[in-house]
Amino acid sequence: MAWLGLYNYWVVIFLMMAGFYAVITRGNLVKKIVGLNLFQTSVFILYISMSKVQGGTAPIVDNEFAIYSNPLPHVLILTAIVVGVATTALGLALVVRIRESYGTVEEDEIHHLDKSF
Amino acid sequence: MISQHLPALQVVIPLLTAPVCLLFNNARVAWILSLVASSVALVIAALLLQQVLTVGILTYEIGGWAAPWGIEYRIDPVNAFVLLIVAAIGTVVMSFAPRSVASEIPEQQIALFYAAYLLCLAGLLGIAATGDAFNLFVFLEISSLSSYVLISLGRDRRALTAAFQYLIMGTIGATFILIGVGLLYMMTGTLNMADLAKRLPLVADTRTVAAALAFLTVGISLKLALFPLHLWLPNAYAFAPSVVTAFIAATGTKVAVYMLLRFLFTVFGATLSFEAVLLPTILLPLSLVAVFSASIVAIFQDNIKRMLAYSSVAQIGYMILGLSFVSVTGLTACILHLFNHALMKGGLFLALGCVVYQLGSADISKFAGLGRRMPWTFAAIVVGGLSLIGVPLTVGFISKWYLVLAALESGQWWVAVLVLIGSLLAVVYMWRIVEVAFFQPAPRQGSQRREAPLSLLLPTWVLIGANIFFGINTDLTVGVAQRAAVWLLGGAS
Repeated sequence: MAWLGLYNYWVVIFLMMAGFYAVITRGNLVKKIVGLNLFQTSVFILYISMSKVQGGTAPIVDNEFAIYSNPLPHVLILTAIVVGVATTALGLALVVRIRESYGTVEEDEIHHLDKSF
Repeated sequence: MISQHLPALQVVIPLLTAPVCLLFNNARVAWILSLVASSVALVIAALLLQQVLTVGILTYEIGGWAAPWGIEYRIDPVNAFVLLIVAAIGTVVMSFAPRSVASEIPEQQIALFYAAYLLCLAGLLGIAATGDAFNLFVFLEISSLSSYVLISLGRDRRALTAAFQYLIMGTIGATFILIGVGLLYMMTGTLNMADLAKRLPLVADTRTVAAALAFLTVGISLKLALFPLHLWLPNAYAFAPSVVTAFIAATGTKVAVYMLLRFLFTVFGATLSFEAVLLPTILLPLSLVAVFSASIVAIFQDNIKRMLAYSSVAQIGYMILGLSFVSVTGLTACILHLFNHALMKGGLFLALGCVVYQLGSADISKFAGLGRRMPWTFAAIVVGGLSLIGVPLTVGFISKWYLVLAALESGQWWVAVLVLIGSLLAVVYMWRIVEVAFFQPAPRQGSQRREAPLSLLLPTWVLIGANIFFGINTDLTVGVAQRAAVWLLGGAS
């Protein structure tokens, strides 16, 4: 049952593919952004999973404990979360502007209005 | 004293000038600040290149934290060269900017535009300067997010959809890079590139490292618009404001090519990635397909900005072709073309910026007879086009020459033939402009069209002149490119 031990990674792959699928197939621009968010979130879990050390505690130095989880990926992923938030905000802002000038957020209708997409 | 901090200042100055631009919120002040910041970056880049060529690799520990733990900036011949070209293009584009920006972007957004431009510049310089894999991702996102903003400032509403499309694809690419970096960290416990290069051979045969290589290659290929991942590029270039197109076309994809070079050769090392995963069998055909498909599509474009955008995809194909030979000559060709293509596309898009300034459009139907009305602008387009084709005495010739040499050296003479045929396709699409502009009579109305103002022509001709200057005087470019290539391959073994 080795594959059960990789439970976290299965979750990562499932989330990643679900998000990616949403980005590709959804015609609604907001749903695309949500899919993109899901896709990015899966990577956060990937990083957090890899920092887990078996039997380790939170990385706060104390005489009681000898094994700590690796704090570095947590810090890295905090940065990546900020980047993800910024991307989502910018993406949604663009959707608002698109809606203002096209009157719709559906990809096929925009495509119909001018052949750029 | 201060020279010791140059690697950090290179990135920090534009990064800190951006919020200052926002605080003043005045178009003129923002422009002056951006121009000053870009020129200072150019001076620093020139000093760094000179130091690297005389002293050797420069390292800088951010915040004084020692290298494998802290973030390290590492300047070697490769990225010093990239820093120079990015800063140089930034400076020239900024000197072109005020008139063109005033005519294409609403007054109240101009300060925002300069702030976004400075962030983009800082991000691109940061990608080139950093020696830390995760730091590279952060700078990549800084430059990408600001370039989405820059593109969406275009007048046409299609700029918005183009920016959105770029945002989706760019984010997927960046996330792939993030995954790749994460997998590398998982196997080696380090993010420092030099340290990674030392530790990776020990775990080279694992599937995780192979997956990391795959994620990084695909992610970076999305960013550099390698066929078939180039779909975001044509619309983004076509609908962005002229200044933005010139800047991003000349720097954005070049820095992405540098990232690919950095990861494939420095981090993974040529032997590991190329013999194990056989990238030449994937990248070489893809780059050739890029050259041909994009050149052929370019021939049928009516919007000239879009045409040159497709031509960019083809030119990126040449760069990756040079890279895929994995030889000193091939890498020299790649790095040379990286530099030279920045000069030609920068010059061409600035010339188009002049046309758009006078006409308000880059549609070929409006070009009829313009060759005589705007002689300097169109002379610039012709010289830039000749360079794009690879005519002797222009920079395009130098890089094509090395590319053909590399192909012959590797015994693949048919690749050399294909490169030459690809250049002929460039003749076809550049000829279309010449034919319309010089051999068609001008329409009777709109006869008041005149030459673009000197403040636009001058920066354009600086870049176009550089095309000829570096085409004749090749010591600097070829010398540095060769050293960089030797360094990349030598540092890898």
